[in-house]
Amino acid sequence: MREISAEMERELVIIGGGPAGLAAAIAAAENGVAVDDILILEREPELGGILLQCIHSGFGLHRFGEELTGPEYAARYAKKVVEMGIPALLSTMVLTLHQMEDGRKEITAVSSAHGLIRIKARAVVLAMGCRERGRGALNIPGTRPAGIYTAGAAQKFVNIKGFMPGRQVVILGSGDIGLIMARRMTLEGAKVEVVAELMPYSGGLSRNIQQCLRDFNIPLLLSHTITQIHGKERVTGVTISQVDEKRRPIPGTEQYFDCDTVLLSCGLIPENELTRQAGIPLDPVTGGAVVGENRETEMPGVFAAGNVLHVHDLVDFVSAEAELAGAGAARWLAEGDSQELKLPVHPEGVIRYVVPQTVFLPAKEDVRLFFRVGQVVEKAAVLVENDGKVLYKGVRPKLLPGEMESVTIKAEALAEIESGQLTVRLEKR
Amino acid sequence: MDVAVIGAGVVGALIARELSRYELDVCLLEKADDVAMGTSKANSAIIHAGFDCQPGSVMAKMNVRGNAMMDQLTRELSVPFKRNGSMVLAFNEEDVRTLETLLDRGVKNGVPGVRIVSGDQAREMEPNISGDAVAALVAPSGGIICPYELTIAAAGNAMDNGVRLHTGFEVTDAEFSDGVWTLTSAAGDRVQANYIVNAAGLFSDQVAALMGDDGYHVFPRRGEYLLLDRDQGKMVSHTIFQCPSAMGKGILVTPTVDGNLLLGPTSENREDREDTATTAEGLATVARLASKSVPSVNLRAVITSFTGLRSCSSGHDFIIEPSKKRPQLVEITGIESPGLSSAPAIAEYAVSLLKEMGLALHAKADFNPIRRPIPRFREMNIEQRRALIEEDARFGQIICRCETVTEGEIVRALHQNPPAHDLDGVKRRTRTGMGRCNGGFCTPQAVEIIARELGIPIEQVTKCGGESRLLVGKTKEGGLDA
Ligand SMILES: Cc1cc2nc3c(=O)[nH]c(=O)nc-3n(C[C@H](O)[C@H](O)[C@H](O)COP(=O)(O)OP(=O)(O)OC[C@H]3O[C@@H](n4cnc5c(N)ncnc54)[C@H](O)[C@@H]3O)c2cc1C
Ligand SMILES: Cc1cc2nc3c(=O)[nH]c(=O)nc-3n(C[C@H](O)[C@H](O)[C@H](O)COP(=O)(O)OP(=O)(O)OC[C@H]3O[C@@H](n4cnc5c(N)ncnc54)[C@H](O)[C@@H]3O)c2cc1C
Repeated sequence: MREISAEMERELVIIGGGPAGLAAAIAAAENGVAVDDILILEREPELGGILLQCIHSGFGLHRFGEELTGPEYAARYAKKVVEMGIPALLSTMVLTLHQMEDGRKEITAVSSAHGLIRIKARAVVLAMGCRERGRGALNIPGTRPAGIYTAGAAQKFVNIKGFMPGRQVVILGSGDIGLIMARRMTLEGAKVEVVAELMPYSGGLSRNIQQCLRDFNIPLLLSHTITQIHGKERVTGVTISQVDEKRRPIPGTEQYFDCDTVLLSCGLIPENELTRQAGIPLDPVTGGAVVGENRETEMPGVFAAGNVLHVHDLVDFVSAEAELAGAGAARWLAEGDSQELKLPVHPEGVIRYVVPQTVFLPAKEDVRLFFRVGQVVEKAAVLVENDGKVLYKGVRPKLLPGEMESVTIKAEALAEIESGQLTVRLEKR
Repeated sequence: MDVAVIGAGVVGALIARELSRYELDVCLLEKADDVAMGTSKANSAIIHAGFDCQPGSVMAKMNVRGNAMMDQLTRELSVPFKRNGSMVLAFNEEDVRTLETLLDRGVKNGVPGVRIVSGDQAREMEPNISGDAVAALVAPSGGIICPYELTIAAAGNAMDNGVRLHTGFEVTDAEFSDGVWTLTSAAGDRVQANYIVNAAGLFSDQVAALMGDDGYHVFPRRGEYLLLDRDQGKMVSHTIFQCPSAMGKGILVTPTVDGNLLLGPTSENREDREDTATTAEGLATVARLASKSVPSVNLRAVITSFTGLRSCSSGHDFIIEPSKKRPQLVEITGIESPGLSSAPAIAEYAVSLLKEMGLALHAKADFNPIRRPIPRFREMNIEQRRALIEEDARFGQIICRCETVTEGEIVRALHQNPPAHDLDGVKRRTRTGMGRCNGGFCTPQAVEIIARELGIPIEQVTKCGGESRLLVGKTKEGGLDA
């Protein structure tokens, strides 16, 4: 490994050593970037990201065709990074990211071991993951006692530290982490009273609703929310109310639940402070950067992948996306920007967003578009069009907001496009 | 003891610090687990210019004097303070007349530089304020501060100069005999002192009563707030008020010293003196009225909400006086807004009263007015950061990523005067967990550091003392002690 010093230069710096960062690093090396020219910077003392605390199984079904636990899945990538000799600095947090006048990016990071380091890099992959929406952002009225945690913080306490945050639990939000924690807390002997979800549908995967709630007889109240938290020092209970179509609580529907703990699982927010600081444009819907199909942001040489770009339900897709970013960075380092035409991709109707937001032409390969719907849709055709011309059409039996969808556009179909935009829409069947 | 001060809010803490200038045995008694747990924790954090107070009132005198004392005080204590200026908006003719009254009071109260400008001039100074504002009163001496930091710093500096702080000491009984007061806590601890200063805020009437003086009555007036993310912090640079009414200074929109945007407070009389819960209606009112001043404020950027309780008296003025009924006792009550702004002046005045009452004041030769602050890694440049990590590698370990707080800072907060005992104490001293993720990431690590530094099991770490334990026990197979 090249020496670590206070001032360094590298071809490619990868910010974040979760599944996205690791897969991007491997792909970059496999596509020709010398391993010594790569540097992974990871805040935690271990590579693997949020997967390290996901000790349940269910990872890797798509990738490896087998069910791994989170740490097992992460270990496969971490091992490969080590074997390939790609250097990583652990317990090192990136503080700033800026573009320099010569186009290179300046990164400052800090660790106990090396103090404050400054790195000049030609290319960067952003792989900082996401964070959970906390109580403040949800603006739940009431007191401010102990016992209110995000589901992820509770998961860390239980799975990593071995401590119970509470014994009688109410969960707000039916995101996957909340569902998984409902099961986990139950297995640890806690009583999960209820899961309340604001929307008329769950934000989590169907398989998690079955395996984490139904199998344990934990009630899920859709179109319900917590309208008051009670308790002075420690939580003593919550009031839950039903909400109308506009998500406003309906007076008279209040129910009181005794509990000592409230877990929040109300969505994840891509962690884009550095991205914003660098002045890289973000998509207001995804909360992540605007990218092309190689996951390059609007700032040349800066790529993004994984939950920092848009929130994924399955890590398998994170890895696949990060490989695009890693390979994209390798190609960019070798050839610079080569595309001739940038085609914007537009979601329409109930489709909330599409990643990538642009496609560069001429396309060298097939392009896979990932999207999410904003409401439950039964039986519909997904259409991708350019100037009224259909490039893709495929029928889905059911589309759920909690599950990311994708379509693949053939390179040949893209080859015929000269201008305009791609639109992605649904057609009811 | 020569003097026991009851209540470690901003008033009590500054009185203790003022007393620590002299050769005296002083103690500061606080019922909560930490200082600044009452009204001084949750308020608008404005150092008011003083144009709102009735000329001739105690309030007016204390406010203008307190405001003028802030620069030196905050420099000595290393507390962030900024004279960002205050601006009161008028939306109609009646409001304009109110501004004229305020201007007149401001001039009489000796507020420097106070003036009225047109709506357009106001918008030139503050482009994001409402197009409906027809005029504004501007007071350049208005400022912003962090109220609990001021309290913590004052208590800490007092302790550095010999004052003893007893947290968890709720005065529940008091007796005067042979010229000495004996105060007893709920837990049965005793403190004896020649003089007592009652600075118990919302509970000052009850404390006065248990000392045998039932001449006071305090009633709480709730105020709810919304705090917005830093990306909204530059929406305005002045503190933007609406015209005041009998119930208070109206809903304001202000940057905070930490760069966030604060909206509030509501104003509502309630009987319960401990009810700091927020309500859906209250928060909706704040959102609605704040948008009237600054229409483009993004209400989706809320990161937290809270409630403060003003301690009001029927006379609507501060009461700072020797007890009329009991000896060797100074009563400080009715310290509603602008109590924070006035606190340094109240402290100075209270000590002068003690002197008049016979307390001998001999200046301490080694009094040190300067407080060594906890380093703020977040605010340092590269060279300063490098030097700090060189000195102690724990400043290279970031614990709170939203607010860039290091392990070194948390360790200091747990050991430096006044030491934090719990998670909220660490939070107030370092901003750990105060960012946009509300502590989702750093709470587990912060809890571990607290347990390690205090030498207690992890399960005994609390959020804010008492029964507020954060964890209830070990998992079936887990539970490594830190
Ligand atoms: C509780 C939970 C349950 C899940 N369940 C499943 C499941 O059952 N099956 C499945 O397939 N997927 C699941 N997922 C999804 C999957 O784990 C994530 O999609 C995946 O971990 C995202 O990878 P990432 O690399 O983008 O982000 P992360 O794993 O979050 O990694 C980001 C990394 O970046 C680091 N970082 C951030 N900022 C900085 C900085 N400034 N400097 C240095 N480093 C930084 C972080 O420390 C972290 O290690 C689950 C996710 C969670 C949270
Ligand atoms: C909504 C709101 C907005 C405000 N905005 C501003 C503003 O912008 N600018 C401004 O200048 N002022 C403002 N104020 C006023 C200001 O916050 C207060 O005047 C000031 O904080 C009062 O400080 P204190 O020390 O008197 O009271 P507190 O901070 O309440 O301190 C009293 C202490 O006494 C302790 N105590 C009580 N009983 C006992 C007992 N029996 N034994 C031991 N200890 C006891 C309590 O625990 C508490 O810590 C505002 C107030 C509110 C509520």
